[in-house]
Amino acid sequence: MKPSKTGRSVWTLALVLACGWAILVPAQMALDRRLAPYRETPELLWIPSGNVLRSLSLGHNGLLADLYWTRVVQYFGARRLQRRTDFPLLAPLLDITVALDPQLLVAYKFGAIFLSAPSSYGAAEPQKAIALLRRGIQANPEEWRLWHDLGFIYYWDLKDYRAASEAYREGSRHPDAAPWMQVMAAVIEEKGGNRETSRFLWTEIHNSAEDETIRKNASMHLETLRALDDIEELERLAGRFRERAGRWPQSFQEMIAAGLLQGIPADPQKYPYQLQSDGRITLHPNSEVKLDYGPSPEAR
Amino acid sequence: MRSRQTLAIVLNTFREAVRDRVLYNLIAFALILIASALLFGQISIGIQKTILLNVGLSAISIFGLLIAIFLGIGLVYKEMDKRSLYALLSKPIRRRQFIIGKFLGLNFTLLVNTALMSVGLWAALYYLMRRFEPQDLSVWVAIYFILLELSLVTALCLFFSCFATPVLSAVFTFMAYVIGNFAADIRAFGELTENNLLKGLTTVLYYLLPNFSDFNVSAWVSHGKPVAAEVVLLNTLYALCYDAILVAAAVWIFSRKDLK
Amino acid sequence: MAAIEISGLSKDYSLGFWRKRPFRALDRLSLKVERGEVFGFLGPNGAGKTTTLKLLTGLIFPTEGTATILGHPVGEPETFLRVGYLPENPYFYDYLTPQELLDYFAQFFPLSAEERQRRRDAVLDQVGLAEFRHRPLRKFSKGMLQRVGIAQAILHEPEIVLLDEPMSGLDPVGRHEVRELILQLKAAGKTVFFSTHILSDAEALCDRVAILNRGKLVGVGQLSESLQRQAACEAVLECASPEALSRLQPLAAKPPLVSGGQCRIEIPEKNIPQFLALCQSDGLRLISLNPVRLSLEDYFVEVLRGSDSERPASPSP
Repeated sequence: MKPSKTGRSVWTLALVLACGWAILVPAQMALDRRLAPYRETPELLWIPSGNVLRSLSLGHNGLLADLYWTRVVQYFGARRLQRRTDFPLLAPLLDITVALDPQLLVAYKFGAIFLSAPSSYGAAEPQKAIALLRRGIQANPEEWRLWHDLGFIYYWDLKDYRAASEAYREGSRHPDAAPWMQVMAAVIEEKGGNRETSRFLWTEIHNSAEDETIRKNASMHLETLRALDDIEELERLAGRFRERAGRWPQSFQEMIAAGLLQGIPADPQKYPYQLQSDGRITLHPNSEVKLDYGPSPEAR
Repeated sequence: MRSRQTLAIVLNTFREAVRDRVLYNLIAFALILIASALLFGQISIGIQKTILLNVGLSAISIFGLLIAIFLGIGLVYKEMDKRSLYALLSKPIRRRQFIIGKFLGLNFTLLVNTALMSVGLWAALYYLMRRFEPQDLSVWVAIYFILLELSLVTALCLFFSCFATPVLSAVFTFMAYVIGNFAADIRAFGELTENNLLKGLTTVLYYLLPNFSDFNVSAWVSHGKPVAAEVVLLNTLYALCYDAILVAAAVWIFSRKDLK
Repeated sequence: MAAIEISGLSKDYSLGFWRKRPFRALDRLSLKVERGEVFGFLGPNGAGKTTTLKLLTGLIFPTEGTATILGHPVGEPETFLRVGYLPENPYFYDYLTPQELLDYFAQFFPLSAEERQRRRDAVLDQVGLAEFRHRPLRKFSKGMLQRVGIAQAILHEPEIVLLDEPMSGLDPVGRHEVRELILQLKAAGKTVFFSTHILSDAEALCDRVAILNRGKLVGVGQLSESLQRQAACEAVLECASPEALSRLQPLAAKPPLVSGGQCRIEIPEKNIPQFLALCQSDGLRLISLNPVRLSLEDYFVEVLRGSDSERPASPSP
């Protein structure tokens, strides 16, 4: 009479559900393991041409481009998470994205950074990044910042200072371009790679980036640059101490007592620098500041 | 006795579908699509077979999905709405037999439909290649997976149609299907974020939602690669288990429903 | 053991989508139907007749109270081996023919194939659909669907037949046929419980009736022809002298109403000869004498008051 013994059947249902998921979850886990190779290969592009895809999108190419851009980001993020160093699909995915929507600036800017960053941080394919940016510049001639992105890749990743300077000069001709574009063109042409220029460029990237990953990456570079400056300065001061005392300082306290320092110097991550017995300055073992990150212009 | 009664409901559900003209239209569309894949293959080079298999399997899957949703949403609701249930439920049967019979009936319908469309695909394949290769057998696995997928869609439809109108059931089922296809991406998204709460939430969702992407081996199969037996077993287990849960929930809801 | 026993059965529905308001469709109904009876369940539309029948078939669940059929709680599948049910305005799978529908339903009973076939043909004959057995139900009129509905209700030769408005949608001939059918069932010793809002059907068929109004039982009792005649007439007289009126008063059912030089007085049918004689002897001028149209409920309150009903009528508020 009553809806079939309500109390009991609630528990029956709960039991069925619990048992069900007790089977489903391990089954799914096993499937995830077994299907891993299947899911790996479908990392192929269903339709490798952006133009074909554009016609197939029936006018929804803007939306599709957004989806593809998301896929780029997901792909890049997932590979990074798996500690993979190769990104074979990155360039084709970006090509499709910008073919679908040539005005999607974010795809050029960050796509180029993903592509050009050295192995284990990016695809280490600066040439492809340059090709991508050149397409972007062609499609968006009013965007002077793309010239900055292009110049930066020449400057930072390729160490091609002539091309970098050329790119900045091209960009600076744009009526809206920031004045520093012209300055950059001149400085790079004159001095090539130097810390000051690098710092300026990374700061520029840091301030204009909307993406957290990019900003983090830029601030990491900035930390490196600051640490390199600090170390240079501290080693110079240690040298001054030696000139005066005839020996290397044994601690920062000695240098403070000698009036060379105000206090114990710390790196950008707030770890104190280490003073070695031969006057060299090293990082605190816990510090994550990278001194040799990337091919720094000074390294060569 | 009980199983004979349920079988009667199964067969009547099948008969209802077979006498619906929409079904034939959908099957015809699928067959036309498969045939057109032959033409499509002509304009590309070297991958005619891959294209045929991809288009064919997609057609079977999409039209099967349409049939499953189209028929599934009306399974219970139509009988409640038109009151044809009153006469049926005043026979010596239990309500759960009605639900189970409807579920199996639609699955049987889908099995027959899929078989018809598969024959079309194999005919097209033979027309193209003039012979069958041993690795073509794995196409059957892909078709079997489509059937598992469709049974899951049917169970979802049945579950939703126990308490929602047909339009809402269709929307819910379709949403569940789409989200279920992106289940892996949802979890991947959770793992990319640093937020532990979000990570936990997406992991729970991942295991809670029907994971339709498990059944998608079309691309793999279209390159002539075999599917491991263990995957077939696990997918079968997964689909049956999920079906059982949804049907049990549908029975539970339906058994305590006032048929106003 | 009673055929149907209902005690304290109530059903609340909630109305409205956002703000649920409870609505009592059936209020503490208690009723007993004996075996072999033809029992009429009467009441205006919306009185709760269909609700009661759906509760008896387990299609809806009661808010409180219980009901048993042949001693079994309702809604048990086994009960339906011995119960047949015709829903109100029945609708069936329109892609089937009557023969297919009956074949389908017959499979739910523990019968041999030959027996199923025999019964199918028998009920098709009984409801007069034998010649339409292969026509799809989609092409059936309302009256024909009603016949299909009756056919499926008696397919398994149940001991108890529950019919919800069996006469609705039928033409006079069909109506007559259904009446005959119910009498046949009674002759075969079946219990028939049917709902209707048409009095004459109940009068013609029922051993006993129950009257339901706004979810409440108004009364239960026998209907017999002698009781039916106990209706009243309303007499309109040219205004009489107070003495003449006072002589009429004992014959009237209610105090007379006087207005506009006319006097209206309600006289029960049995007093009419006496009343007419009095009019003549007193020289009163009778303008009209008409049967009083009573509401269904009043009628039965009236009827049951005069009868030796097992339950005194409790007038609804």
